[in-house]
Amino acid sequence: MHPILAQLRRLLLYLLGWIPLAGMLTYLLAVPGGLSWLEATTVALILCLLYAFVCLAAWYPCQATPLERSSLPRFLATHIAAAVVASAIWLLAARTLGRMLTGLEEFRGVDVRLSKDFPLLFGTGVLLYLLAVGFHYVLLAVEASREAEARVMQASVLAREAELRALKAQVNPHFLFNSLNSISALTASDPSKAREMCILLGDFLRRTLGLGEKPSIPLEEEMSLVHAFLAVEKIRYGARLRMEEIIDKEALDAQVPPLLLQPLVENAVGHGIANLVEGGWIRLTAQRCDGDLSIVVENLFDPEAPPRRRNGVGLANVRQRLEARYGDRASFGTNIEGQCFRVAIRLPAETKERAS
Amino acid sequence: MIREQNKKIRTIIVDDEDLARQVLREFLSAHPEIEIVAECANGFEAVKCAAELEPDLLFLDIQMPKLDGFEVLELIGADRAIIFVTAYDTFAIRAFEVHAVDYLLKPISAARFEAALDRARERLSGKLPSAPLVAMELAAAARPPSQYLDRIPVREGTSVFIIPVAKLDYAEAQDDYVALAAGGKKHLKQQTISSLEAALDPSRFLRIHRSYIVNLERVVKIEPYGKDTHVAVLTTGAQLPVSRAGHARLRAFLDR
Repeated sequence: MHPILAQLRRLLLYLLGWIPLAGMLTYLLAVPGGLSWLEATTVALILCLLYAFVCLAAWYPCQATPLERSSLPRFLATHIAAAVVASAIWLLAARTLGRMLTGLEEFRGVDVRLSKDFPLLFGTGVLLYLLAVGFHYVLLAVEASREAEARVMQASVLAREAELRALKAQVNPHFLFNSLNSISALTASDPSKAREMCILLGDFLRRTLGLGEKPSIPLEEEMSLVHAFLAVEKIRYGARLRMEEIIDKEALDAQVPPLLLQPLVENAVGHGIANLVEGGWIRLTAQRCDGDLSIVVENLFDPEAPPRRRNGVGLANVRQRLEARYGDRASFGTNIEGQCFRVAIRLPAETKERAS
Repeated sequence: MIREQNKKIRTIIVDDEDLARQVLREFLSAHPEIEIVAECANGFEAVKCAAELEPDLLFLDIQMPKLDGFEVLELIGADRAIIFVTAYDTFAIRAFEVHAVDYLLKPISAARFEAALDRARERLSGKLPSAPLVAMELAAAARPPSQYLDRIPVREGTSVFIIPVAKLDYAEAQDDYVALAAGGKKHLKQQTISSLEAALDPSRFLRIHRSYIVNLERVVKIEPYGKDTHVAVLTTGAQLPVSRAGHARLRAFLDR
């Protein structure tokens, strides 16, 4: 679709641009052309209105002859040929117009007078068409840059979506390997417990897979995912892992991005509990306050523990996701107080009705 | 070292997870020549047990409380057979660089376990070359580049100290050992000063003398001392000799 014909507003602006050109043509027809002012004005207005639409056709040769990829001979040949054709059509129209007008009292003999101006009209037609070519190239360039901008925007949105999808599908493989090793141990010593762990692990994996498609879930669902994760870890770590939850009932229906808390709890286990000989606690607090959802995950850790791999990757992911989704409306902070590591996040508390 | 046929292989299992130890125990129970002398749930215990019980073979987890598997190996010396057991495949190269007998990935298969045990037997009977004493040096050198030490584990008898590098004032070479001065005390560690130098962040620690590495934050001033030599005076009051080359390096650093 032609960009100018696509919107009425653009078409009107374009035609407005032709008014000074019509003025110039009037002058040309009246002064050197020898027409009366009334004749010149009438003919110029009608011809310009007509030619405005003829010149719109320049869009197609312009599109077919992109500036940066066309040779100069081809470029010149295309546009000059088109200009001659357009101008010839214009002349034909002028002749027809002259014959029609000459029938009227005020315009008697205008066709003869106008035919003397045909060389002038032809030259003007070629020039006006070439002007339109230039105008259309500008239009093409603007359009191309706008498209490029849109493509970049779209690419970044797609990239972010892909990243989120990957994140959601991401289960720490070492959690899997270690859990499988625990199951392997239990098969000999306690087969029913081994079976239980298989089921717990399957339950956790199925939940994480199902979440990939959803943009957000109620906190309650995220908590049950956390519970499924902890149920597996509890078998690995036994009494070393102690979980405490202080969850405001009001907060349970707040929508959160899926896998928001699980990485935080996994981090608390991996970098906290796993490094403590006697184990320790993880405390999860969630409450609504002032229209926000406030979540705090605290855990005991050993400040002198050997440095671990993947340190902070899970946390960084959560922070980036909050940032990408809520911008300034969400916050993420960590702090260390003695042997307690704390992650505090705050995000707008949306419920399902408002979220959708 | 030729092992007598009837002598048992003294073995320690080190893993912080009870169930992970259980798998190894189960696999080992099929081998009467293996005697499990201890099971340890963290790095400190492992070092203590290794010092007290003189094991031949250790199954060593890598990520554990207190000390990681590599730090344990660094402290107990490399003249024993070590089989690393971990869920992470990323440490394998480092493990073989410190002359581990084998590297088992969790979950452990019985076949893979037997192969590792065979390798350990060969190592212990001397068919496989045992780790040279420089393995400890390798342990330090095998650290991934750009990741410098942030703590130095030191063993004294059966107990382990951790010296955070920020607390290290200076290190002094003493024969096969380095003396690490931190918090007014000196800790001896079996390591060469060059390998320690390589493991420390060069923007924080500088070799100022054939026998000395100094923590740059501790240097108060440099004073001339005789012809061509200087001494560095530290915040602790200690005075360390500075060689000519060391002085040039120190100047270059301080002028920056």
